[in-house]
Amino acid sequence: MSAKKETLGKTVGVVVAVCLVCSIIVSGAAVGLRELQQANAALDRQSNILAAAGLLGEAKTKKEIGIVYDARVVERFVNLTTGEYVANPAEGESKPYDMYGRVSKAPETSTKAEGSPAGFSRRANVASIFLIKDDDGVVSRIILPVHGSGLWDLMFGFLALDSDGHTIRELIFYQHKETPGLGGEIQNPEWQAKWNGKQLFKNGNVAIEVNKGDNRDNQYAVDALSGATLTSNGVENTLEYWASDNGYGNYLKKQSWKS
Amino acid sequence: MADTKEMKQALFGPILDSNPIALHVLGICSALAITTKLETALVMSLALTAVTAFSSLFISLIRNQIPSSVRIIIQMTIIASLVIVVDQILKAYSYEISKQLSVFVGLIITNCIVMGRAEAYAMKSPPLMSFLDGIGNGLGYSFILIVIGTIKELAGFGTLLGFEILPLVTNGGWYQGNGLLILPFSSFFLIGGMIWFIRTIRPEQVEPKE
Repeated sequence: MSAKKETLGKTVGVVVAVCLVCSIIVSGAAVGLRELQQANAALDRQSNILAAAGLLGEAKTKKEIGIVYDARVVERFVNLTTGEYVANPAEGESKPYDMYGRVSKAPETSTKAEGSPAGFSRRANVASIFLIKDDDGVVSRIILPVHGSGLWDLMFGFLALDSDGHTIRELIFYQHKETPGLGGEIQNPEWQAKWNGKQLFKNGNVAIEVNKGDNRDNQYAVDALSGATLTSNGVENTLEYWASDNGYGNYLKKQSWKS
Repeated sequence: MADTKEMKQALFGPILDSNPIALHVLGICSALAITTKLETALVMSLALTAVTAFSSLFISLIRNQIPSSVRIIIQMTIIASLVIVVDQILKAYSYEISKQLSVFVGLIITNCIVMGRAEAYAMKSPPLMSFLDGIGNGLGYSFILIVIGTIKELAGFGTLLGFEILPLVTNGGWYQGNGLLILPFSSFFLIGGMIWFIRTIRPEQVEPKE
């Protein structure tokens, strides 16, 4: 290391030059690839919604996912306090409405989830839900985004209900950090299939449970995952919160999708 | 100018003779976390190899200009930029895998192999040799990751790259998946086993007794 390297001017010069070049490369990559990335994220979301709708079998290629989605899925926005439909809160904005984004933290657009066993402190006032229409345009399924904490972190999923508003068709978690092979089995198709036909409510109260035992004949309970008690509890708490009046309870009572 | 033999040594030496994980015990953290499935291990290996190779190349190109008082920061800046680029490319072209790798691509920045090669080799060597050295060390890292990823996915899930090899009991087969090998820390045993194995066939790597 020769002495001439160590002048202040040269040091600053080299640092500035390196930073400039690096920032150009990074921002170039970010801007140049943004469109592809957004398309990927949108596609991922659409295919998760179609999976919850039971329609993923109809869409084999990436292109078909978009086509089936456009034909069958309608996004609606629900005010969770009143249970009524509202206009898109992000109307006219460049980004689509994200109920887990900034709106779920800001005090004016969110509500404290008090005493929630689901493991988060606030939730957005307006939820984006998805109505699945059959070929005649009649709503056949309602897809409700749910989230709650599992063992390690929040789990994000879609709860698909029959158009009667209380029969579960699918429960799909698309983002979670549960232990692979244990809690991660919430993504196992065999376990997911156990939800089909279960009832969310009994005499107007949230009744669905995740507990030990063979619950094939019990329409209010699903067999817990072995070795993943805390994940199973998390799933139960998540559904309990989102089916209650703090979650989609008011919306499900009104059954606005029928009118 | 380096001759062919030297280049070969830089490229293939790190796989067995001076493996960054097995001999230098660097880069363990990511080797633990992302080897549960072979596919993620492969992509992680590619990403790390690319970052190590190109960071070594660029650092070596400007090695005579880098003032030694800020050299670590400059190395970090270059490495971090490359990692962000790799992360962006993964998100654009391989979204599913980038979701599974989540933070670990970003954490390549802190992977000791990249910094280690930059500081120990690229700062003193010409660009081409540094580039080869980067690829070589990436290959060494990949070798360990692929072996461990194969063992873990096969024993833990009964699959390889998602294809079913041993049908699991939970899916109606006969194989009971090994739950221990699914957990990240089981890589400790496997890496330990590999270090043992490599040092048995290359006894010169065994450290002298104190």
